[in-house]
Amino acid sequence: MTISPPTWNGPSIVVEGVTKSFGDVHALCGIDLAVERGTVLGLLGPNGAGKTTVVKILTTLLPPDSGRALVEGIDVVASPGAVREMIGLAGQSAAIQEELTGRENLEILGRLYHLGRTRARRRAEELLESFDLTVSADRPAKTYSGGMQRRLDLAASLVAQPAVLFLDEPTTGLDPRSRIGMWAVIRDLVSGGTTLMLTTQYLDEADELADEIVVIDHGLVIAAGTAETLKDRIGGDVLELVITDRARLADAARVMSGIGDAEPAVDGEAGQVSVPVGPRGSRAVIQAVRALDAAGIETEGLAIRRPSLDDVFLMLTGHAAESDADSDTRSGSRRRRRRERRARSVPEGTTS
Amino acid sequence: MTDRATPLVPVTVDQPAWPLRLRFGVSDALALTWRDLLVWSRVPMFLVFSIVQPVMFVLLFRYVFGGAIPVRVPGGYVDYLMPGIIAQSAAFASFGTAISLAREMQRGVIDRFRSMPMARSAVLLGRLVADTLRMILTVLVIMIVGYAVGFRFQNGWVPALVMMVTAVVFGLAVCTVSAFVGLALRDEESVGSFGLIWLFPLTFVSAAFVPVTSMPGWLQAFATNQPVTIVIEEMRSLALGGPLALHAWQSAVWLVGLVVVFVPLAVRAYRRPS
Repeated sequence: MTISPPTWNGPSIVVEGVTKSFGDVHALCGIDLAVERGTVLGLLGPNGAGKTTVVKILTTLLPPDSGRALVEGIDVVASPGAVREMIGLAGQSAAIQEELTGRENLEILGRLYHLGRTRARRRAEELLESFDLTVSADRPAKTYSGGMQRRLDLAASLVAQPAVLFLDEPTTGLDPRSRIGMWAVIRDLVSGGTTLMLTTQYLDEADELADEIVVIDHGLVIAAGTAETLKDRIGGDVLELVITDRARLADAARVMSGIGDAEPAVDGEAGQVSVPVGPRGSRAVIQAVRALDAAGIETEGLAIRRPSLDDVFLMLTGHAAESDADSDTRSGSRRRRRRERRARSVPEGTTS
Repeated sequence: MTDRATPLVPVTVDQPAWPLRLRFGVSDALALTWRDLLVWSRVPMFLVFSIVQPVMFVLLFRYVFGGAIPVRVPGGYVDYLMPGIIAQSAAFASFGTAISLAREMQRGVIDRFRSMPMARSAVLLGRLVADTLRMILTVLVIMIVGYAVGFRFQNGWVPALVMMVTAVVFGLAVCTVSAFVGLALRDEESVGSFGLIWLFPLTFVSAAFVPVTSMPGWLQAFATNQPVTIVIEEMRSLALGGPLALHAWQSAVWLVGLVVVFVPLAVRAYRRPS
């Protein structure tokens, strides 16, 4: 069953000039990327950017129209069977049998990977233990919480101890606490040497987990590098303020556009305006305070902070990373993070 | 990242030999059959309901409609009815095939299977084996209910057994069509509304419940020659005695034809990227 480890010293994942269209829709317009063995690549982009298509091509679910994709040096089109021996996949929904227990789900997958009954059983036990599911192992999976189902699904993708793991939006739809739990699980996993490609539309997730980040939008790679190098592209600090009267959001944006290096980003829901101000940090604050005061705009908070990947994304694509399709929990947690960030910096009501 | 001096030459990998692949194909399918049986053991109501429905049909036609339907067979309407109802139940049982496959498609279970080193046919085969077992159970229960309401085989036990096997094979053939429907639609809701519709004209515009001669001429032409009638007439001859030869080879052609056409179609729908 086990094929001999191939003599391959290149990156675990290689994608060269891959294109894919669905009718008139060009999902991928020539993607290049590589993931070194044992590292984590965060594939970042908004809904519909082509992230899932990249994963589907690399996991042999979808053939590319042109270009080539290699997993551990094996071409996904020429030898899909051999690629499948190497990989694990956890897709966007928990692909588990809800009527069956967590243990049964894992044991049946073990048998489908031809581990044999005894090894399948032992492997299921190991996975249940390391994913903190032992207590619920013999309950039907439909009684599990969303977070537990995702953990079981992740465990299911690891039954055959794959060299390369693909996680497609592993925390989409999870509440903030489960997300953080999931991050811990994933970090543990990659410390064991697994190569991981992770897609996400959450910048903080990529920031948190990925060694390298590839940003794609409309089927093209628009930036690649570590979180730090991407942040450096903003070239300095970001001035961020929250105004009291939402009706004056547009006025505030106009005032700020005179102070920043680029057009300000406006988050109507949070009443927030942010703008890159380069290295002029404190001088920009004073400028902003004066200008807002002159315009009679009251703020709840005003802060200078290091750029986040949100800012990078906005600068690269001209639109926010998260689309309307995002869940309420998500924007909730985003607002919460914003509040935390504010709390760390300038006290509220500085300018009023 | 990808700018290397030397172009990357992919590693070449040989496919495993076919005896090994065949063995894995069989063991994969059986593992999935086992999974389906486990699921049913956890949700016994699914099995119960899938059997209650045909039993209700038996009672409805035996006691409500039957009195108004004149037939010329040895034991009266109940003897006429039972082969038809068994075939209809076997066909309707295929609804479960379509809905389960569509659900697995929708939930990403099949994407995971397709990303695993598994036989491509295993999901379909495993499902069909499990559904065949379910169909055997349904046929046996209906036979028992039939006997309780007055049905009797008139032609000896061997033809009776052949009749029941024919019913299961017929159900299996319809399951291959349903499997294709489920895998092609890929959506539980659509299958829920469409999954049975195509079976209604086929099972009711047939000789299952009424003699074809009671229908208007234009409908008779369809009813007489469509596969459900042909299989039911074959089953009726087996159960009650009567000429076999013509219906026997016609049903065989239909059943083999359905399987030969729809198994490859279903496998193709399974492989088609989502």
